[in-house]
Amino acid sequence: MTCNIMIVGVGGQGSVLASKLLGVLLTREGYDVKVSEVHGMSQRGGSVVTYVRFGDRVYSPVISKGEADYIVSFEKLEGARYVECLRKGGRIIVNSQSIDPMPVIIGAAEYPTDILDRLRAKDVLIDEMDALALAREAGSAKSVNIVLMGRLARYFDIPYEHWTEAIAQVVKPQFVEMNLRAFALGYNR
Amino acid sequence: MKKLMLGNEAIARGLYEAGVKLVSSYPGTPSTEITEFAATYPEIYCEWAPNEKVATEVAFGASLRGARSACAMKHVGLNVAADPLFTLSYTGVNGGMVIFVADDPAMHSSQNEQDSRHYAMAAKVPMLEPADSAEAKEFVKRAYEISETYDTPVIIRMCTRIAHSQSIVELMDRVERDLPAYEKNPAKYIMTPANAIRRHPFVEERTRKLAAYGETTDLNRVEWGGREIGIICSGTCYQYVKEVFGDSVSVLKLGLVHPLPTELFRDFAAKVDKLYVVEELDGFIESHLRNIGIDCVGKELFSPLGEYNQTTIRAAFGLPQPDSTGLDGQIPVRPPVMCAGCPHRGLFYTLAKHHITCLGDIGCYTLGSAAPLFALDSTLCMGASVSGIHGFNKVGGPESEHKTVCVIGDSTFMHSGMTGLVNIAYNASNSTVIILDNSITGMTGHQQNPTTGYNIKGDPALAVDLEALCHAIGIRRVRVVDPYDLAACEQAVTEELAADEPSVIISRRPCMLLKYVKPQPPVSVDTSKCVGCRMCMKLGCPAISFRGKKAYIDPTQCVGCKVCMQLCRVGAIGREE
Repeated sequence: MTCNIMIVGVGGQGSVLASKLLGVLLTREGYDVKVSEVHGMSQRGGSVVTYVRFGDRVYSPVISKGEADYIVSFEKLEGARYVECLRKGGRIIVNSQSIDPMPVIIGAAEYPTDILDRLRAKDVLIDEMDALALAREAGSAKSVNIVLMGRLARYFDIPYEHWTEAIAQVVKPQFVEMNLRAFALGYNR
Repeated sequence: MKKLMLGNEAIARGLYEAGVKLVSSYPGTPSTEITEFAATYPEIYCEWAPNEKVATEVAFGASLRGARSACAMKHVGLNVAADPLFTLSYTGVNGGMVIFVADDPAMHSSQNEQDSRHYAMAAKVPMLEPADSAEAKEFVKRAYEISETYDTPVIIRMCTRIAHSQSIVELMDRVERDLPAYEKNPAKYIMTPANAIRRHPFVEERTRKLAAYGETTDLNRVEWGGREIGIICSGTCYQYVKEVFGDSVSVLKLGLVHPLPTELFRDFAAKVDKLYVVEELDGFIESHLRNIGIDCVGKELFSPLGEYNQTTIRAAFGLPQPDSTGLDGQIPVRPPVMCAGCPHRGLFYTLAKHHITCLGDIGCYTLGSAAPLFALDSTLCMGASVSGIHGFNKVGGPESEHKTVCVIGDSTFMHSGMTGLVNIAYNASNSTVIILDNSITGMTGHQQNPTTGYNIKGDPALAVDLEALCHAIGIRRVRVVDPYDLAACEQAVTEELAADEPSVIISRRPCMLLKYVKPQPPVSVDTSKCVGCRMCMKLGCPAISFRGKKAYIDPTQCVGCKVCMQLCRVGAIGREE
């Protein structure tokens, strides 16, 4: 069996570190792993998506419609955009933060206000959380990514200390303590 | 030791293990990290060359001297390097030489969707295509063996989903290779007609030998499953096919995509009921099958556009799709934008304000074409802004010359803007060229270039003096402007457009994202003064939005560039000093 996780958000929100954490962790757990993301132009404040797949044998590096078991959405609108990739009964973890895209900023489009209501009408599981508030509580707004990974960790049968060891491996030494706080806040909430 | 590695990182590891001594490249998504990772190995000399032609010729020089060498580029970079490539095919190599080219189906970060396999066929050089990171590393070593055995440069074709996907790689040690004594060989390396005429039959014979090699090499393999359906594929398409079908169909996976085998294809076709070819972009394999008289299903079922995935494959074969949980209704798009504090913004605002025609180029500043600035009129390829404005003005005459500019970044100017400027000076068009000098190669993720004063390792290096260079080319009017100063931008653009000779404006300020550029405290809107005129919104700054009838500046995004302050007529935007 293969487990499919998507991380979606806005360029600059730190999804690269989140996918790196998952990659390191899952490789250490002995799984076959593929992590796919797109670099370049889309990173300039655009919509970004990372695919993480693991299992006994993973072929495709990407996740397509109706295949994701989990979506971790760093921003609400991006969750709405990619939820079509979630399988029926899959789980979406949504950070309640909204970041206006340029068409909304210049008044050419409106930011939908009913995203969570529309999500609830679907056959999916929803975890909404204010990851930004928890990240600030941990000591840095930039740790939103690790807060959300803490939440995701609750759904996996992987020992807590394996996650924290992987965090220590992927973040700079001076930020480990802060990120472990962020992870704990996301996990225990 | 096993490690999760990006396809590009695995290529770099392969270069290390294969004993490669030199890598010269120009950055280009999705190929850039090959050279960045290679530069982390002290055993490999690595550099950013000014363009892909130079890079390829540098690699040729290293090969001529007897070392294993490489160069890496994106698909359109191979167009630039095509000149050396086609004759390198004739000279062959001394030390093994591999050219890495990364295609970008779906154009995540490119201006076209060209299929590089045609180059392998046209230049008559072998091409390998890996399907994951482990193969990427393995194929590098195989490519050097082929290069040295068959006396040919070898191309390894990547695509976005192989280059930018991580999968597990087994690490091995480097096999160091001594540099042999240099021996002169004019008949092989001096491609005068008399010598080249003798080399061409060698090239044809080599292709025949490589085709024979393709029949039996383990780079190509058959994975037998059900015989009702047989699928020929390579690279990332192999992964999509296996994901959808598992072992229920038979798959012929190609690692050597040029030259293609004939007997292997005939044998496979004969043993399956129906033959399919799954290949992104052009029907390259399909054409070969048809040429050798084998019927197959290919492009009538699979689009020549974009990337494939599991959904595409299932749809083409009429298989059921998983239930979708998509939301109804429109979701606003989120296009990439110029960052808050981007130094290009002030200059583009000036151009847009005066409705100036602007020929654009390749880089972050292509984003100046988007709403609300709409500042560009064209984007073609590296350097085309500077060459293009000359043609535009030659036929448009003075009317055009006084209201047209072109913009090109510092790295792109070094790549192929200089020659266009020589043409402007030599063939005398009254053109105004704006060099957007942000002191870095931006869009590909901050690579050094000949103007930045640093090399690929971040060590100090000679910095090309852009002003002196433009003067030396023959441009007398060269001026530097700070794009954060709107009045200065306006004055420079107005005066240089009015001048009756060619001019260069260097719009100079380093990219906001560079580590040494310290953000200033954010500015904010005094809502008691804001009259809601939306002047500040004309900049398209992602930090500025409207809340009700008043402007709002997001303090987490604002870097205090103060460009918006200069636009506010009522002095509502400010910062407590």
